[in-house]
Amino acid sequence: MIFAVDLPYWAQSLLRVLGGTVAVLLPAGTIVYLFLFKMMSFMQSRLGPMEAGPYGSMQLFAEVGKWLQKEDIAPARADLRVFRAAPIVVLVSTFLLVAVVPFGPDAYFTNFEAGVFYMLAVSSISTLGILMAGWSSANKYSLLGGLRAAGQLIAYELPMVLAVIGVVIQAGSMNLQTIVLKQNSDSIFGFDGLGYPYILTQFVAFMVFMIAVQAELTQTPFDMPIAESELVSGYMTEYSGFRFLIFFIAEFATAGVFALIASVLFLGGWGVPFAWFGWDAADPGSIDNWMNIGGPLIMFSKMMVLTALIMWVRFSYPRFREDQLQRFAWKVLIPVSLVNIMLTAIFKVAF
Amino acid sequence: MAKLSDATNETLALPGDALREGVVTALREALGAGLIDALIKPNDDIWVRVSADVWQQAGRVLRDTVGCDYFCFISAIDWMPSPFGRSEDDPTAPPPERDTAIKQGYAGGTTRMQVFARVTNLSKHFGVTIKADVPDDAPMIDTWVPVYAGANWHERECHEMFGIGFQGHPDLRNMYLPTDFEGHPLRKDFPLLARMVKPWPGIVDVEPLPGDDSEEGTE
Amino acid sequence: MTDLADRQKLSYIAAQAADARLNVELETEGMTLNIGPQHPATHGTLRIIVRLDGEQVIWAEPSAGYMHRGYEKLTEVRTFPQVTSLVNRIDWLGSFANEVPFILAAEKLMEIEAPPRAQWIRTILFELSRIANVSLFLGDLGVQLGAITPVFMAFRDREYVLNLIESATGGRFHPNFDRIGGLKDDLPEGWITETKQVMKKLRNFCDEIEALLFGNEIFQSRLRGIGVIPADVAKQYGLSGANLRASGVDWDLRRDQQLPLAYDKVDFKVWTHPDGDSFARCWIRLQETREATKIVDQLLDGIPSGPVMAKVPRIIKVPAGEAWVSTENPLGEMGYYVVSKGDLGPFRVKIRSASFNNISIVPWVLRGVYVPDVISILASLYFILGDIDR
Repeated sequence: MIFAVDLPYWAQSLLRVLGGTVAVLLPAGTIVYLFLFKMMSFMQSRLGPMEAGPYGSMQLFAEVGKWLQKEDIAPARADLRVFRAAPIVVLVSTFLLVAVVPFGPDAYFTNFEAGVFYMLAVSSISTLGILMAGWSSANKYSLLGGLRAAGQLIAYELPMVLAVIGVVIQAGSMNLQTIVLKQNSDSIFGFDGLGYPYILTQFVAFMVFMIAVQAELTQTPFDMPIAESELVSGYMTEYSGFRFLIFFIAEFATAGVFALIASVLFLGGWGVPFAWFGWDAADPGSIDNWMNIGGPLIMFSKMMVLTALIMWVRFSYPRFREDQLQRFAWKVLIPVSLVNIMLTAIFKVAF
Repeated sequence: MAKLSDATNETLALPGDALREGVVTALREALGAGLIDALIKPNDDIWVRVSADVWQQAGRVLRDTVGCDYFCFISAIDWMPSPFGRSEDDPTAPPPERDTAIKQGYAGGTTRMQVFARVTNLSKHFGVTIKADVPDDAPMIDTWVPVYAGANWHERECHEMFGIGFQGHPDLRNMYLPTDFEGHPLRKDFPLLARMVKPWPGIVDVEPLPGDDSEEGTE
Repeated sequence: MTDLADRQKLSYIAAQAADARLNVELETEGMTLNIGPQHPATHGTLRIIVRLDGEQVIWAEPSAGYMHRGYEKLTEVRTFPQVTSLVNRIDWLGSFANEVPFILAAEKLMEIEAPPRAQWIRTILFELSRIANVSLFLGDLGVQLGAITPVFMAFRDREYVLNLIESATGGRFHPNFDRIGGLKDDLPEGWITETKQVMKKLRNFCDEIEALLFGNEIFQSRLRGIGVIPADVAKQYGLSGANLRASGVDWDLRRDQQLPLAYDKVDFKVWTHPDGDSFARCWIRLQETREATKIVDQLLDGIPSGPVMAKVPRIIKVPAGEAWVSTENPLGEMGYYVVSKGDLGPFRVKIRSASFNNISIVPWVLRGVYVPDVISILASLYFILGDIDR
């Protein structure tokens, strides 16, 4: 609890719901404005939106308003119930994902013992939504996009899982909060000024995880499902208005949430090295209360760094062909992450 | 130089162009009477005319014996002067008298429409323009697709624009126009529809052309 | 197909099985897909009908003609100078280059030659239009493959060239500057120094693109070995320009033909590549752009002085005859077969455009490739709709 006030249960739940919405939509909005509108534009030697608000900061609101007021069109031969449900399914998976991310010593939604397991399982719900969208659109382009997406997303689940296992072995727990606490309280060879963020030893796993995340988000270089110059928009071709807005938000919200998870697993999450403040991981009460405000801010900044990386690669690289993509996943990423697990296990036992 | 007709007024004093004369010789040896006419502009260009029934064989000779393995294009010329003139007629006035004599160009000709093609020899750096008369009553000629695969599209376009049939072409359908288009647009008796719909604006408000031929000056 | 295709097929079994289940319900013959006419990838309104078996093309057929403007009919009702402004619009990216072969054919029939200064400036503008055209190709190549950033650099650097062309001719896209007997005007003051600066910038741009795109491993793996066209097939179909040279055929109309242009006064290298795949075609265009900047630099140093227009009558009546002139345009070999009967205007003009032949090979080259490769092969063949459809 942030405040030393006993809130009734319904107030707590309301707070959680609001917090969850903010936790998903705020990163989405910031990412869209900062990276998609501004960073991409500067990289392409142009200015980006400048009209709506100072330096175009209200552009996202303008876009949301535009999408919301559009006509609700569905193709005549589309399977309407599935067509309507698909975007919701994709967005729901993001909200489910953010439920286990810890934002501070007490600022979390649930303290789930099998957090990692839950996170990996739930992240594949979006695959279902994409397949539903591709199939129900009654459009050959969408179908092609949906099929490509299915193959790609399933293929890149495995490297993500295997990459995370190294972290779990090092932390000894699947609870995300525990992972954060351990990263910030451990020491490297006795030097505890930096904590022990797992990116240092799990660098390979970090790279594999980021690549797999890039593929899970269907961002270039893995954006075959949306390949704009071939399939127009792939599985999203027939969507317009509010439904497209949901897909759009879901894409960037998921990018933000995956970046949050990556920062939890590899960068030390909401914490700064506890040695700086003399906190003790074994005694959660020793962590100051202001960390419940500082934690989310720190998470936010770490998320921005990682998302900048994801977006930067997105704007620079051409895209893989579908079979090259699959070959990369199965023949390169999975063996690398298996070797990483093996080495982690050996070193964990040895040291 | 080899000149089998008086299609142009080339002088005889220029030195020969052995390369191009060799082309004519090779064609004559292979086709015999099929090679009707030839015109060489020394060190510049060569035109040959063959009869319609050896059109495909002439293509093969050019490709294999003369060595012109690069296919440039196939098209056709309609030698009839357009009955619409330059489509600048005033629709309110009666149409003026026009010359309707069909006069062919280089390497002669006897029919209204001629098919012509251009092939190039990349190693010796020369090209050959080959023409063939297409009979007026039944405009058909053999296809060049077995000789040069690229002739496929060119013959389709020629067929739709001129109405010339290509015997043996695998897929002779329209290139640009819809399948149900009537008429053959590049024939001279097919009017320029834009000028039919709206007469040439120059009838009313064009300035007269500046001066006349004898007046010389820059631009 | 080679065993490369076999290996690709094997690694794609999962999606094939899923598609087979779908195909049973949809159609058993394979799915027919329309790429275009409205499509972000095709440079204009080109429609390609492909029949797919899973993701592999079993049959492809381009359907051109959405932009057919009837140029050959239109030239019959125009005077010779009017045809120049008409013909600019065939290949609208490198538009000065379209005028040149026609003007040269008319000058051949009239048996006059433009004065040396006009010939040099014509060549310079020709090469500038080549740079403008191909630099857009290099940027657009990235977009076709998914890299959305290089195209903005291409447009930015292309602006410099277009500004040059505008300051000399008055038009960015359709200069309409060539006249029978020379050029419309002389160059403005300071144009030569300005052009030299711009050529330096263009060379930087070429280096940037080479590092950003051509050095990228994904780019290479998308293009190498894709859409291989052997040399004899290329010659049979009449492929020209970079497409022909990428198949190993050493043929460049600038070097191998005598035309009254200043190409024999400069040194330049003709780039060829033995592979004949998409990467070779794109790579050669990059090298040719650099080469064009060097040609322009050499030409700028030695422009002779003198008039820019020969003595021609005010009303131009071209004597009767036939002439064929073709030049090495940015897209390939573009030629005009001009038949004149001594009138104010031509009797018949046959326009041999490069992209028509380049795209006629599409049914042959697209058999057995994957859908993403369709896009990359079309991108590497590089056509302009106006050039195909005239």
